[in-house]
Amino acid sequence: MANLKAFAALADPTRRTVFERLRSGPRSVGELAETLPVTRPAVSQHLKVLKDAGLVIDRADGTHRVYRIDPKGLGQLRAWLDKFWDVALEAFKAEVERDATEDRDR
Amino acid sequence: MSLTIQPAPIRKVLNVRATPQRAFEIFTVGFDRWWPKTHHIGTSPLKKAVIEPNVGGRWYGLHEDGSESLWGDVLAWEPPARLVLAWRINGEWRYDPALLTTVEVRFMGLDSGETRVEFEHRDLDRFGDSDTANKTRESMGGGWGKILDSFQSVVNG
Repeated sequence: MANLKAFAALADPTRRTVFERLRSGPRSVGELAETLPVTRPAVSQHLKVLKDAGLVIDRADGTHRVYRIDPKGLGQLRAWLDKFWDVALEAFKAEVERDATEDRDR
Repeated sequence: MSLTIQPAPIRKVLNVRATPQRAFEIFTVGFDRWWPKTHHIGTSPLKKAVIEPNVGGRWYGLHEDGSESLWGDVLAWEPPARLVLAWRINGEWRYDPALLTTVEVRFMGLDSGETRVEFEHRDLDRFGDSDTANKTRESMGGGWGKILDSFQSVVNG
């Protein structure tokens, strides 16, 4: 699931830092690598994972690619929680009503 | 260019065949009876899920190896009408005391004898708060367990 991928993508501290740097605006791989203690290929790899997870999008700008946060990406985190609470509340309802039925039968 | 991302609150409404008193009690004191055991943030399987019955009470998981994992705490305890919890589990599935997202549950008795349950999980934009994430990382130094596998099995299952 894409939104699970998003959580997994952000579980890596370096990757989360890359993601956070993009919160202040679009950046190229080179710009990101300059401010981080990791190599350019490593930054590229992290961006690829973030992109696969739907958290960032990229576009060509002349000779390099510029990355930015995909606003719909955080929406995916929200979508995951939304589904999560559906499952939990359904279980809650079942338990409440199971309990009520048992009382009646007692 | 700066982006502000503000996800809308998650809202759920459901009717349950029980009084507000019973619904509130099962939601809270009976939390372990319905909470999916696969949903936790510990490194050991979840043995019991707990909401302590008072303001300031802890919301946590007790694990089979005896360890505990905090999820948040009770912000409002108003049986049988209202419960407010702080959900402090961040996007990395770690407890983050600096993170405050709010879960509010209201229980309303209906003429039919059922209870209308209004659920809201709000302040979701704070999941993306980089300051919070940074502070947490500095103060905790990382190393907490991940739970994606267990979550995944539920969502996919």
